[in-house]
Amino acid sequence: MVRDRDNDEWIKSLEAQGPVRESALADLRELLFVGLKSSLKSRSDYVETMLDDFLQDSLIRILQALDQFQNRSRFITWATSIAIRVAMTELRKRRWRDVSLEKLVADSNFDPVSDVEGDTFPERRELVETMYRVINTQLTDKQRTVLLAEIKGMAQEEIAGQLGCTRNALYKLSHDARIRLKQELVRAGYDSQSFAVAFNG
Amino acid sequence: MSVTGDEIQQLLDVVRDTQAVEIDCDVCLMQVGEFAEDRLAGKLIAEGLKAIEQHLLICPECREEFEALCQAMNALEKPELAGLPGAKDEERKG
Repeated sequence: MVRDRDNDEWIKSLEAQGPVRESALADLRELLFVGLKSSLKSRSDYVETMLDDFLQDSLIRILQALDQFQNRSRFITWATSIAIRVAMTELRKRRWRDVSLEKLVADSNFDPVSDVEGDTFPERRELVETMYRVINTQLTDKQRTVLLAEIKGMAQEEIAGQLGCTRNALYKLSHDARIRLKQELVRAGYDSQSFAVAFNG
Repeated sequence: MSVTGDEIQQLLDVVRDTQAVEIDCDVCLMQVGEFAEDRLAGKLIAEGLKAIEQHLLICPECREEFEALCQAMNALEKPELAGLPGAKDEERKG
């Protein structure tokens, strides 16, 4: 029977040697199996044969990260969140591995003429034109590329890989770009409400 | 390929929710379990977890993983539904 444990027992067992550790690893694997299977089953890009690899990679990552567990949640919740990160990163990588960032950016850009010229709502058109002007004149090429790739749904890991930076460096690029955009839109007189109702309203 | 209306709105939404100080995806991963447990228990989001809530608003990948985590946690509460008879839940935080 699979046995869950309290947090201290999980950590002690996984840091132990011999049968105690083997038993804990087997139980953890079974619990992750339940969690991962349930969370992935409805995805069209997932097939069950991937699960063994996901579980194996997840166990390695969890064991490597044991010292980062802060005891702020149940251990199994924390471990499952890592397993999901491992599985989804791999699924995203498979989905985007043949897509060139360079081509994606070359094929699309922030062009107000093609995107909003025919828009019959003048306020919305003005907002988008202002945003595009900031994007095209005040952001760096890299920042523009990142924003474009992100809204096209490209995986962070893949964008970072093709730009030759880490995922955290990519996050900083994106954050700096968003901050700049927000500052300039606010300076131009737009507030949070006008952002929200542009296309939803 | 132009940028669609949905994509423009998505960009406006993340710009609206952007904060000067934010956490990154790795920090989110280390704390999202606590956030998910509180959310599933119907608790108000603690001040210390507001940064997680904000990160989930602006990061679609972490949001997708959070939603998957909630599904997984529900399955772990009812292991018989996920094809694992008899998983014994002895543990709670602390």
